[in-house]
Amino acid sequence: MLYFDKVSKEYENGARVLDDISLTINKGELVSVVGHSGAGKTTLIKMLLAEESPSQGVVSFNSDNIHTLRGKDMTKYRRKIGVVFQDFRLIPNKTAYENVAFAMEAAGRHDDEIASDVPHVLDLVDLKSKMHHFPHQLSGGEQQRVAIARAIINRPEIIIADEPTGNLDPLNTYDIVQILKKINDLGTTVILTTHNKGIVDNLGRRVITMENGKVVRDQKSGRFTM
Amino acid sequence: MRTVLWKRIGLAGLRGFYRNRTVSLSSIFILTITLSIITSFYLFRAVFDYTLVQVKEKVDVRVYFKTDATEEQIMEVKAKLLGLTDVQTIEYVSRDQALLDFKKKHEGDQLTLQALDELGANPFGASLSVVAKDTSRYEAIAHQLDESSGLLGDNKTAIDKINYFQIKDSIDTLNNIIGWTNTVGFWLSIMFVLMSCMIVYNTIRLAIFVYRDEIAVMKLVGASNMFIRGPFVVESMLYSVVATVITLAVFYPATIWVTQKTVFFFEGMNIHAFYMAHIGTLSLALLIFGALLTTVSSLLAVRKYLKV
Repeated sequence: MLYFDKVSKEYENGARVLDDISLTINKGELVSVVGHSGAGKTTLIKMLLAEESPSQGVVSFNSDNIHTLRGKDMTKYRRKIGVVFQDFRLIPNKTAYENVAFAMEAAGRHDDEIASDVPHVLDLVDLKSKMHHFPHQLSGGEQQRVAIARAIINRPEIIIADEPTGNLDPLNTYDIVQILKKINDLGTTVILTTHNKGIVDNLGRRVITMENGKVVRDQKSGRFTM
Repeated sequence: MRTVLWKRIGLAGLRGFYRNRTVSLSSIFILTITLSIITSFYLFRAVFDYTLVQVKEKVDVRVYFKTDATEEQIMEVKAKLLGLTDVQTIEYVSRDQALLDFKKKHEGDQLTLQALDELGANPFGASLSVVAKDTSRYEAIAHQLDESSGLLGDNKTAIDKINYFQIKDSIDTLNNIIGWTNTVGFWLSIMFVLMSCMIVYNTIRLAIFVYRDEIAVMKLVGASNMFIRGPFVVESMLYSVVATVITLAVFYPATIWVTQKTVFFFEGMNIHAFYMAHIGTLSLALLIFGALLTTVSSLLAVRKYLKV
């Protein structure tokens, strides 16, 4: 489904943040990407989102080279991916409902569909009662749940969660991981970057360990080891 | 589908306008100042043009006749002058009228009136006041009146003096002022419009800079460029509608006040009446200018952040 073929990224100042990465992520997998700060996890995620282009190598989604997509093709590709960020990145002047609905509106979904799906998904993340609250009226954990609701609303093929629990307390961390696990159980591929040993060890799924821009370990059912 | 898209863009723009009140208010404030500068400039030009026309109308070439000139001779000269292409109007002032005008002008000056009475006979000759189609043509008319041109023929003996050469310097100065103000006025308007555009562009750029992260998120959740740009354009258009209404509302009492203060100074021009007579055109022009300016500014400002 997702292929990294000898991907390297070097900035103009000579810093090499990804070094000859080759890996495959299959449909339905839940993959944790771990590593120290600066190991290259976020750059790897940015490659998937086409926020960054590789200096060498190819990143493909199915048979498409992500970095050659332009205009409508890029928009269509991004609609197949749901993203959850560490800092939530909700639109501050939209309510929880509107933030989630925005992703559906952007995808051109009908008003009826939006009216029925958004409350349903907010209910799944246990936020139905706060759907008309603005982000600043919600706690960190609640904001992250809105972000997850926004990420899954268009039934994407992949969910990318970049340090989704980085700003949360243990209780909210547990909730978020359970939601991501549930999403994966329903068949969606989930790629999770984290520093949290507990999460990785409890999941007991595939773990990719990165160090200095390289993949140093790729374990089918791994644990957090550095 | 298109209708749904436009409806969503319109609603998002309206919501953004209302919810980002601080940004909206500051943008409207700057735009109102810009539109007010343009309106002031427009009114100033109108007053200036009006005053200039008034001054121009006061300039004439006056042909004074000797006291023994017959009315027949005067009318013959008048007819010949009317045949010149540069002449717009000719006013005939008879000897009696000249005397009356003098008396009226000096009605409080007993000494002058007594001196006039002592003369016994009317000392004033008749005159023709010639107004040219353009101030630059007075010299040509004066040359036609010159003895060598032959226009006056036998009537030249009836003419006492022609005052063009006495006021030549004033006419030249007026011509220079008109030319100079037209050139300066043109470049000033260009400068004002460019400065206004830069101020509004930078204000909108700053307003959109605040939303750069949101724009990036919108791109990442799969929104098309049009779906992202649209609400910003709607908001910008709302800024121009509100700013135009405020500008027009502020200028209503302002022109009344200015008219009260300046109606005598500006040769009787009623600025408020002029403003009210042109309010339709003015509001349309301000609206179109404001909408174009804000729309182009927001499109340019958003474009920078769409490259995700």
